[in-house]
Amino acid sequence: MKMDLGEWNAGGNAAQDDPAMPDHRPLAIEARGLVKRFDGFTAVDGVDLSVPEGVIYGVLGPNGAGKTTTLRMLLGIIDPDAGLRRVLGSERPHDVSHLIGYLPEERGLYPSMKAVDAIAFVGALRGLPLAEGRRRGRALLEEHGLGHAADRQIRQLSKGMAQQVQILSTLVHEPRLVIFDEPFSGLDAINQGRLEKMMRALAARGTTVIFSTHVIAHAERLCDGIAIIAGGKVPFAGSVDLARDRIPAQVRLETRQADGPWRSALPTNARAETKRDGSTFFYFPLPESGIEPLLKALVEGEAGILSLSIERAGLHDAFVAIAGEAAARALEENPEEEGRR
Amino acid sequence: MSGGQMAGGRLSLLSAALVVARRDFAAILLSRSFIFFLIGPLFPLVVGALASGVGQRVEANAARPVLGVAMSESEGTAITGAARRLAPELGEALPELAVIAVVPDGTRIDAGAVLKQKQAQVSAVLSGTRAAPVLTGPKELIDDWRGPVALLAATARGEGPRHYPAVTLAASASVPVDNRIGRMRTAQAGQTLLFLLTMVLAGMVLSNLVEEKANKIIEILAAAVPMDAVFLGKLFAMLAISFVGIAVWGATIGTVMLIGGRSLAELTSPAVGWPLFIALGIAYFAMAYLLLGAVFLTIGSMAATVREVQTLSMPVTMAQLMVFFFASYAVASPGSALERTAAVVPFSSPFTMLARAAQDSDLTQHAIALCWQAAWVALIVKLGAGLFRRRVMKSGPARVRPARKGQAAA
Repeated sequence: MKMDLGEWNAGGNAAQDDPAMPDHRPLAIEARGLVKRFDGFTAVDGVDLSVPEGVIYGVLGPNGAGKTTTLRMLLGIIDPDAGLRRVLGSERPHDVSHLIGYLPEERGLYPSMKAVDAIAFVGALRGLPLAEGRRRGRALLEEHGLGHAADRQIRQLSKGMAQQVQILSTLVHEPRLVIFDEPFSGLDAINQGRLEKMMRALAARGTTVIFSTHVIAHAERLCDGIAIIAGGKVPFAGSVDLARDRIPAQVRLETRQADGPWRSALPTNARAETKRDGSTFFYFPLPESGIEPLLKALVEGEAGILSLSIERAGLHDAFVAIAGEAAARALEENPEEEGRR
Repeated sequence: MSGGQMAGGRLSLLSAALVVARRDFAAILLSRSFIFFLIGPLFPLVVGALASGVGQRVEANAARPVLGVAMSESEGTAITGAARRLAPELGEALPELAVIAVVPDGTRIDAGAVLKQKQAQVSAVLSGTRAAPVLTGPKELIDDWRGPVALLAATARGEGPRHYPAVTLAASASVPVDNRIGRMRTAQAGQTLLFLLTMVLAGMVLSNLVEEKANKIIEILAAAVPMDAVFLGKLFAMLAISFVGIAVWGATIGTVMLIGGRSLAELTSPAVGWPLFIALGIAYFAMAYLLLGAVFLTIGSMAATVREVQTLSMPVTMAQLMVFFFASYAVASPGSALERTAAVVPFSSPFTMLARAAQDSDLTQHAIALCWQAAWVALIVKLGAGLFRRRVMKSGPARVRPARKGQAAA
């Protein structure tokens, strides 16, 4: 199949247009119009990504949305049918593979290898001399409380420990870019917390961390930027704040009076709920003019304000608004993940 | 750890292949499967011995050296009659006789010219008369046959053990038919060994890759190094393992032969000589294995399960058998169009060229053939890696269920 590689100027840089994303940093990942088809099925359909160096970036979407295929294209495991990719400045990902760490969704290590050797082997694949890999591997295992397991075979470790060994193996060569595919799946809550901490530490020292997930909470807690992916397309890429801003903040107003001349100051789409005690709740999107003019009208109209709050939309609501109800439901159901657990 | 302090750098294709090879080599060498690998060839050897129908075509011709009789009618009849009389007592101690020419009394035949003719199919020629027999042929052979021929001549003259005529020996400088047949036998032995080794190893490299897919390690490898390097690494590792195996088998067979008082000398010396023949054998074995291994790796990389691997590899195994039979058949007709085709077709080329090394002393052709085969290895590895990247590693398609009406409205 002939690849249509296009030109780099075809797309804009979402990260540079996003006030919440650091625009002064070089890009760790650039992708323009990535397309991948399998047996007539388009798994990835024109994906654009711009990930600045040193950020934590989430690729958020339900299973089968195209997350793994996108990551595999960025890593050079598979080639795109169309589009361009540039990883750490190189259009050939394997040329910079010594600067990249990767944790695949389907975890795997050689069962007969010792933990320290497994780490050193992955390091060796990334250009780290074997002896240095063993030294660093032992240090990493000690640092993460697994020193006692260094000389045990992978088959002798628990699933969780083996998973931790594999995560450490992605870091042994001290990469500039780490790509985790569904890193939290299969981990218990304690180890999920440890992994989150590790990801933050990596970003703090300048390593770019990209991870795919179908769990909105992880993306919301960790990410500087996200790409929402659904049906092989990326309907949104930018900061978490920018995603939330797709939905106007909601105003929740409680008044003593149910009606009065001040009602004309409320937006026409305001929804009202009168309580038994006579107080009334109004829900409406924050007006473009802001809250101050409204507040002034309410005070002057003696509405009797009991409470007023402005609630910013969560990432879940943003995801629903951006990717649609069906994708959001697939994200929540996630039958494959449940099956694995 | 301090960030960004790299102790290594980007690996070249060969270095990456060696990292993969080193791991595989160590893992296989220290595994139980290596023991099975060492004893594995016994089974196909037995099967090969039973099924070598093609080999029998050559073997039948090479069973016993034949002494051609080129004498006058009366002399020839007397000699063959003497052979018949002595046969019940002496059996195979006498050479097998075949009358190849009847010459007029008093005429001498150019026995050396007769030997050079391929159609003659004899190893030496007996000419002259009963009273003054002349034996023409390779020195070692006519030395061996001097006594039996003297006995035949004496018996033919009715003088029994009382008087033996002097046998004139004429050593032939030309390559005798016996040598050609012997070299065919050497060639075929080399081919069979090559075939059995490649089949065992290609199967092992296939299992190795399938195991790797089952362990989910393939994606880690594919992300870190180009797939070409993974393929090459696996092929190199198994090749190194095979050399260990060959060393063990060689030492074992050598010891057994020494104990049994037998040696390679029982096979006719190949045209290029034993040291070079063995060196070329190793080189052609490497090529045959790399070619077949690369095909099997491609299959292994695309198959998801062991069952799929078995299904996919069956036609390749059968095709490889056909290639072996093709090469074995071709070796019986050196220089023919069939043999030349077998030398050019990449998969039969190593087998055919090894046979040529046994029969023909020209070395240039081997250099060309090895380059040709290496180019095909590179091409198949490249194709296999490309196929892997295009067809493997696909995630499941999106299965987003359409929203139910009620939920959609909400």
